[in-house]
Amino acid sequence: MIRDPEHEKMSREELEKLQLQRLQEKAAYVYERVPFYRQAFKEKGVAPGDIQSLSDLAKLPFTAKVDFRDNYPFGLMAVPQAEVVRIHSSSGTTGKPIIAPYTKGDIDTWAEIMARVLVTAGVTKEDVLQNAYGYGLFTGGLGFHYGAERVGCSVIPTGGGNTKRQILLLQDLGTTVITCTPSYALIVAEAALDVGVDLRETQLRLGVCGAEPWSEQMRKDIETRVGIKAINIYGLTEVIGPGVSTECPYECGMHIQEDHFLVEIIDPATGEQLPYGSEGELVITTLTKEAQPVIRFRTRDICSLNPEACECGRTFVRMSRITGRSDDMLIVRGVNVFPSQIESVLLEVEGVEPHYLIVVDRQHQFKSDELEVWVEVSEDVFSDELGKMEGLERKLRSEMDSVLGISAKIKLVEPRTIARTEGKAKRVVDRSEL
Amino acid sequence: MRVEQLSVFVENQAGRLVAILEALKQKEISIRALSISETAEFGIVRMILSDPEAGHEALRKAGFTCRTDWIVSAEIPDVPGGLLDSVAKPLADAGVNLKYFYAYIEPKTDRAVAVLKTDDLERADEVLKRRAEG
Repeated sequence: MIRDPEHEKMSREELEKLQLQRLQEKAAYVYERVPFYRQAFKEKGVAPGDIQSLSDLAKLPFTAKVDFRDNYPFGLMAVPQAEVVRIHSSSGTTGKPIIAPYTKGDIDTWAEIMARVLVTAGVTKEDVLQNAYGYGLFTGGLGFHYGAERVGCSVIPTGGGNTKRQILLLQDLGTTVITCTPSYALIVAEAALDVGVDLRETQLRLGVCGAEPWSEQMRKDIETRVGIKAINIYGLTEVIGPGVSTECPYECGMHIQEDHFLVEIIDPATGEQLPYGSEGELVITTLTKEAQPVIRFRTRDICSLNPEACECGRTFVRMSRITGRSDDMLIVRGVNVFPSQIESVLLEVEGVEPHYLIVVDRQHQFKSDELEVWVEVSEDVFSDELGKMEGLERKLRSEMDSVLGISAKIKLVEPRTIARTEGKAKRVVDRSEL
Repeated sequence: MRVEQLSVFVENQAGRLVAILEALKQKEISIRALSISETAEFGIVRMILSDPEAGHEALRKAGFTCRTDWIVSAEIPDVPGGLLDSVAKPLADAGVNLKYFYAYIEPKTDRAVAVLKTDDLERADEVLKRRAEG
């Protein structure tokens, strides 16, 4: 089932013509309305009129996460406040979150894109769709919700957590599709077994999973244990939220919604564009966003692009799974976490030196990613009283929770446990490496 | 009386206590008393040493996080009610609260000695001194 064959099966030639036209319009739009972009264009010696072909995209400046931070909160916005009907946000590298405003038009476009990607994944209006992505500032909850309603499914807006209730509703309301992070799919499967429910015997047939990286092995685990087809979806707050790309039932790469997003792969070290098939950093330019378009946004996600025609009939280019990051960001239970955030918390707690290790469990069966921070006990914070040490642990935990937005276990350790390396400290280790 | 106590932070892992004891033995430091307060993850090892300063240095060099604190000590007569009458009741009556406690036998006098941390070192010291004299 293809929701919008006119676009999804458009010939490459026509698609590129459409992309060029939209790129020219959007370049002029941001140049006119957003001082940051006008300045960035000028610094690169380029004007919107210089874009005569898609290859001229390379003339435009990049945008990075740091630009969002430097222009926090509304410095990248292209419309007056009165035209903004929604504001989402997600974590930034330091204390400042990423702000994502939407106009009425953006909400409508996004809902349509989400409807399209859900249909690509195999969702129909006959489905009962349980949306277990977090509702609120996070783009996942409302993003999927609006898309699913537009498809016409019966949407159950459970949001995240309250797993026992989710399992009950899943059985009793006949949920056929679950939208959630891949780690949550495994949590639900395990929790169901605990109460004697085998999800494979429910009506559940499909999962649309994203917001964090996951492997083919994890997909097989989910598909086996939950008894569903688990489809990959990709997106990011700076660009729109979920909906940038999704797999079709052939599960051979995620189709990028290219009439809305112009993509490139670059060498993260040099910024040079790389040809199809090369692995590199994904860069996205929004062609249809109104409130906060973005030009050549460096996602820091590493993947490759495949332009070959897909068996499903769609002509949109397919991106591979994200294989890594070109920065040190982690995604834990769907939330972005930066070592620098953890460092800032440790520095705030008086006397705690920022000697720490972040221990992550990746693809641990049945469990979500756990985040554990090992903090070295220095002489400054060491007390002879156990109560004080426990108090320190508690304080670190609560500060960490409030800054990161997810709970992290704090483990106080001896100095020798934190390896001292020359140069940049290895701050993140996988538990399997320990 | 006041006494210097060395506390060491250790992870709750096999071999950590051995490492502490080996470092002290190497510097020929004797341990008069030792107690361990533990959680599932870590422990605080508290010790009264024959040479507290050398002990602190030896363990610091061995990579441990440690600290030295002055705490209170008092002799306890070896009779029923010894601890109660010499230490516990006098402190309680004076409104001094106990944080932790352990004891050892002083080889020179063959008497039991209590070491304890309270919430008021000065007051505890004063109360126990008066009790010992009076």
